[in-house]
Amino acid sequence: MADKLTEQMTIGDCKIGMMKGGSGPTLLYLHGAGGSKGWLPFMDRLSDRFSILAPDHPGFGSSDTPDWLDGMTDLVFFYLDFLEQLDLRDVHLVGHSMGGWLAAELAVRGTGRFRTLTLVSSAGIRVPGVPMGDLFMWSAEEKARRMVFDPEVGEQRANAVLTPEEADIALKNAFTSSKLCWSPRFHNPDLEKWLHRIRIPTMIMWGENDPIFPPPYAEAYNRMVAGSELRVFPECAHSPQQEKPDDFIAGIDAITAKS
Amino acid sequence: MKFFFFHLMPYADVDLDAIEDSAWITFPNRHYDPRKGHKLYNRYLDELERADALGFDGVCVNEHHQTAYGIMPQPSILAGALARRTENAKICVLGRALPLTSNPLSIAEEYSMIDNLTGGRLIAGFVRGIGCEYHSYMVNPGFSLERFHEAHDLIVQSWTREGPFPFDGKHYRFQYVNLWPRPYQQPHPPIWIPSQGSRETMEWAAHPDRKYTYLLTFSPTESVARHLNGYSAQCEEYGYQAKPDQLGWALPLYVAETDEIAMKEAGPHIEAFFNKFLISPVEYKLPPGYSSMSSYKIVMESKYKHRESYLSLEHLMKSGMFLCGSPETVAERLEEHQSKMGFGNLVTMLQFGTLSAELTEKNTRLFASEVMPKLKHIAAPAAAAAE
Repeated sequence: MADKLTEQMTIGDCKIGMMKGGSGPTLLYLHGAGGSKGWLPFMDRLSDRFSILAPDHPGFGSSDTPDWLDGMTDLVFFYLDFLEQLDLRDVHLVGHSMGGWLAAELAVRGTGRFRTLTLVSSAGIRVPGVPMGDLFMWSAEEKARRMVFDPEVGEQRANAVLTPEEADIALKNAFTSSKLCWSPRFHNPDLEKWLHRIRIPTMIMWGENDPIFPPPYAEAYNRMVAGSELRVFPECAHSPQQEKPDDFIAGIDAITAKS
Repeated sequence: MKFFFFHLMPYADVDLDAIEDSAWITFPNRHYDPRKGHKLYNRYLDELERADALGFDGVCVNEHHQTAYGIMPQPSILAGALARRTENAKICVLGRALPLTSNPLSIAEEYSMIDNLTGGRLIAGFVRGIGCEYHSYMVNPGFSLERFHEAHDLIVQSWTREGPFPFDGKHYRFQYVNLWPRPYQQPHPPIWIPSQGSRETMEWAAHPDRKYTYLLTFSPTESVARHLNGYSAQCEEYGYQAKPDQLGWALPLYVAETDEIAMKEAGPHIEAFFNKFLISPVEYKLPPGYSSMSSYKIVMESKYKHRESYLSLEHLMKSGMFLCGSPETVAERLEEHQSKMGFGNLVTMLQFGTLSAELTEKNTRLFASEVMPKLKHIAAPAAAAAE
C-alpha cells in the first residue's frame, strides 16, 4: 500500500483538507455531492502510477465553508486558483457525479493544465425528457439503497450508524450540495453550449443502473464531447469507481495511455 | 385581546385514504376536483365573511403550494375578494412567502393594493414558506433566509422611501423602485411574522427597528410559552417592553355545548388535519439549508424523531396543540394561557381538516358569542400602529 497523507492547505482565504498519495503524473479526483468517501481502493491501486490528489471541496468534509460559496461557478474559480497555486500541469482530471460537473466546467474554461478528462456518473447537463432521480427527496436509507447496485451492500450502508462527527459532516455536505445543485437541479443550462471546447482525450464511465443520471446522460456527454469514449457498466449504479473498480481502473489506464 | 379568524382552506373533500406519506409536493393533483374546489372556495369565503359579521377583529388567509393542506397558493386573490365583502375586520395575509418569488415588488404591490382598496385594513404577513414549498417552487433553500431578509428590506423600502430609487441586493436588484400605489396606512401596514420559533426569526422580529407582531403557529403550549416568553425577553434585552399586540398565538379550536360533544364532533377532523393534511417526510419539510445547521438538528430531534406516531385527539389536547371543549372550558384555558404568555392576539382556526360547513358555522358562532366576550377585556390592545 502506498503512503497516503492528509494535508491541510490554504487557497486564497479558504482552508481545505486533501488526501494525497502515490507517485507519477498527477491524477486530481473531484468527489461528488455526498463528499469524500475516504481513500478508496481504486486510489490505492492507481497510486503506483499516479500521484493522486483528492481534496475535500470547500463546504465539504474537513474543508472550510467560505462565505463566498454561492454556486458552482464559485467552486470552479476556486479550483482554477487551486491549479495555479499548486502549479499543477499535465493533470489527469477525474470527477464523479457533482465532481464530474465541476471537472467539465473547469475543462470548458481551458484545458491547458489537463492531459485527460474522465467523467464518472456526472452531473452538469440536463437531457430533456429523461428525468433525473431526486436525491433531495430520498431519505438517508433510501439513498444508501439506491446508490449501489448490490442490494447487500445497499442494505449494509442503509443500516450503518453514523458517529456524531460523521453525521455532522454528512449534514454539512448536504447543506453545501443543496446550495450548489438545487436549482437548476444538478446542472448548468449553459454548460452544454461550451462542451465542444473540450478537445483532450475524454473518458465517460457510467453505471447502467444509475438512479440519478440514467445512461442517456452518459450518451449525451459522449455526443457533446468530440472524440470521447463511453463505457457503461452493467449491474452498476451511481459509483463505478467503487462498484466496478477493475473496469474503472481499466478505463483510467486506457484514457491516460492516449495522452 | 383581539380575535382573528384564520382559514387554511384545506381541500376538505380529499380522499383521506389516498394520502399515504404526504399531502404535499407529490400528492397527485388528479385528487383535486375543480367542481368540488369551486364549492369549497366559496364556502370558505362565506366563513371568513361571517367571521367579520360576528365581530372578529380580523380574517386571515395564507400561502401554500401544491398541496391538499391549503388551496391558497396565491392568497392575495382571496384577500382581494374579502376586501369588498368585509366591513370592519382587518384582512391578514399570514403571509406571503417572500423567498419564493424572484420579484418581491409584486408582493409590495399586492399588499399595497389591498391596503388602498380597504382604506387601511391590511395586516401584512411575511413568511419564508415551509420546506415543501422549496421543492415545489424549485427555490434554493440555502438562500431562504438571505432572500427573506432582502425581500423584506426591499418591500418596506418600497413602501416608505420616495421613489424612484435603486435597490442593490445580492438576490434582488432594481434600477427603479417606485411603487404605485403607495400603501394607505402610513408609514406602512402592520407587519406580522408567523413563526415556528426559530431563534434567528425571534431576534430579528423583536429588533427595535421592527417590533413586529410575532405569531407562534401550531405548536404545543409548552413550546408556545417558551417562544413567546423568549420574544418578550428578547425585547427587554433590546431595552423595551413588548406590548401584548406584539405577541400572537395561532391554533385550531373547537367549541360545542359540552366538553364531550366538542371532542366527539371535532375528533376525526382534527386528527385528519394533523395526521393526513399536515404529514410529509422530513426530506420534504426540511430541505438542507432551509435553516441553520444547529436549528436543523434541534428540529430533527424534537419534531421528527417520532413522526410515525399517530397524533390522537387526546394527545393533541394534552399538548395544547388543539383546544377543545365547552365555551367555559375553552375560555378558562385561554385566560390561563394568556396570563402566562402575555399574547394580545389570538388567531383561531375554527375550520380544520375535514370539518363540515355546519360544524364550522356552529363552532364560529359559539366562539364569537360565548368565548370572545369573556376574554375581550384582557390585554386590551394599544393602537395597532406600525412603528
